[in-house]
Amino acid sequence: MTVIAAQARIRARPSAAQMARWAISDSLVMTRRNLLVWLRVPAYIVFTVVQPVIFVLLFRYVFGGAIHAPGSGGYVSYLMPGIIGQTAAFATFATAIALAQEATKGVIDRFRAMPMARSAVLAGRLIADSIRMLIVILVIIGVGYAVGFRFQNGVVGAIGMVLLAELFGIAVCSVSAFVGLAIKDEESVQAFGLIWIFPLTFVSSAFVPIATMPGWLQVFANNQPVTLVINAMRAMALGGPEFPLNPALWESLVWLAGVMIVFTPLAVRSYRRVG
Amino acid sequence: MAAQNDDDAIEVSGLHKSFGKVHALRGIDFSVPRGTVLGMLGPNGAGKTTAVRVLTTLLRPDSGRVVIEGYDVVRDAAAVRRCIGLAGQATAIQLELTGRENLEIMGRLNHMDRRTVRGRAATLLERFDIADAADRPAKTYSGGMQRRLDLAASLIAEPSVLFLDEPTTGLDPYGRLGMWGILRELVERGTTLLLTTQYLDEADELANTIVVVDRGEVIASGTPNELKDQVGGDLLEFTVPDRAQLDDAVRAVGGLSEASPTVDPEARRIKVPVGSRGSTALVEAVRRLDAAGVETEDLALHRPSLDDVFLAVTGHAAESSSDAARNAEMPSKTSAGVAS
Repeated sequence: MTVIAAQARIRARPSAAQMARWAISDSLVMTRRNLLVWLRVPAYIVFTVVQPVIFVLLFRYVFGGAIHAPGSGGYVSYLMPGIIGQTAAFATFATAIALAQEATKGVIDRFRAMPMARSAVLAGRLIADSIRMLIVILVIIGVGYAVGFRFQNGVVGAIGMVLLAELFGIAVCSVSAFVGLAIKDEESVQAFGLIWIFPLTFVSSAFVPIATMPGWLQVFANNQPVTLVINAMRAMALGGPEFPLNPALWESLVWLAGVMIVFTPLAVRSYRRVG
Repeated sequence: MAAQNDDDAIEVSGLHKSFGKVHALRGIDFSVPRGTVLGMLGPNGAGKTTAVRVLTTLLRPDSGRVVIEGYDVVRDAAAVRRCIGLAGQATAIQLELTGRENLEIMGRLNHMDRRTVRGRAATLLERFDIADAADRPAKTYSGGMQRRLDLAASLIAEPSVLFLDEPTTGLDPYGRLGMWGILRELVERGTTLLLTTQYLDEADELANTIVVVDRGEVIASGTPNELKDQVGGDLLEFTVPDRAQLDDAVRAVGGLSEASPTVDPEARRIKVPVGSRGSTALVEAVRRLDAAGVETEDLALHRPSLDDVFLAVTGHAAESSSDAARNAEMPSKTSAGVAS
């Protein structure tokens, strides 16, 4: 029966092109798996979509009145790029937690004993997370429009902002993937995520102008990558003399490239060492 | 080094693996003929899981050789992965997805085309009695169903060699029996099976050959019967109600075998190892005791259990913690025996 077919399947050494096709199709299968899980669990959707929407409303209507923002669009326009950047960073909690769970449950072991491409677990996770991130960003922009936010720098600027937010999210994902696979304990991963993501996003230009912070904090806030990325996103979304594109864009791209160059190999290495 | 044998699906020779100073495997040798079941027994930390991880390409051995269906696990890892299936205590199923989705995803990751996967998944769902729940999320399944789904997932690409790491740990008695039935059927169809277990009765029930692993070494191997003979074969046991007759009884059965009887004066119980002469020795004992005028109770012949084997070869009983866990989830053998 199928034994002969199976033997033939095993004997044939796949060509490089075949391996590449498998790597892509395996990654897409894993992507679909991860997105299905996200759609099936209401709690994940609340955490990833509803929470940033609440942040938009909270900052817009509760804190917004007390914060004086530069630029013509008022605080809501100043706020939106910041919220979107923060959301991209927060979304990576899920990356770290999911990988930690799969590592401890032995799921990754099972995948590694199968003929699937070794890269597919990480690649599928990153692709699914960036798709999810894009959906969330678009929802937030929609909510933002409902509460007074407007892009002021044309369509190209708007697209550029979304792309930079995605790139930022993927870079943070590579850090989170490493953290999740290296720590492997769900609660510790969550706690550790809070320790580094919270200060980086809040002590930045995301929600308030840095000039309102005490001098010693300004030194940190002005020079850390989240500020650079959000400044660049704001420049693309709003433009004008208050929000210059340079040098924030180039500096943030260098930062993101650096983060990915360091953490992608680290994540791959901890993936290989799982178990 | 073991000679290359075409009839062996698994060949392991001189396998060593250390983690720093911990020597998890210290020279393991065994082979598994195609279409048979090897049961790997041993306490926690004996090296069973490490051995399975090496055999399934998840760990590189420090030295030694493992050949699965003719492929070396180090040099031809990719080919090995195409002919093995692996399932364990930790299930790889995604609980949020349905049974069918889980199987289809596993099939796609084994590079089967969509149509083949669909048919194969449907067949497995049917065969493993999950068809009615196929389109419900797996988290709504019972423990036994989740385990069957997990096993189905490992069988989606029809592997010729299947590795199961403690396949029935945590299952209720009904679930265990169901799993045993499925495994027997697989083996009948020609699958080679290696299973690790802490349940001696499970190994006794399923395995053609057993290897007992302790501290990284194979300390005993053979068929279940060979292992039982190794610990002294059958045991004749009886109680003498009248304490005064105890000495007469010992004298009467003393010449039954080379081994001398052991006496528990408190319980007035006498045990005589009779090797493989079981039933002859039983008849002989009855005649001699009768001739000596000794009254007896509960005269019976016991085949040693694998528990006795385990105790004899490892010097300690099978992992007590797992026994406790198991007693909590199913009635112990003795109470089940009393009830029936």
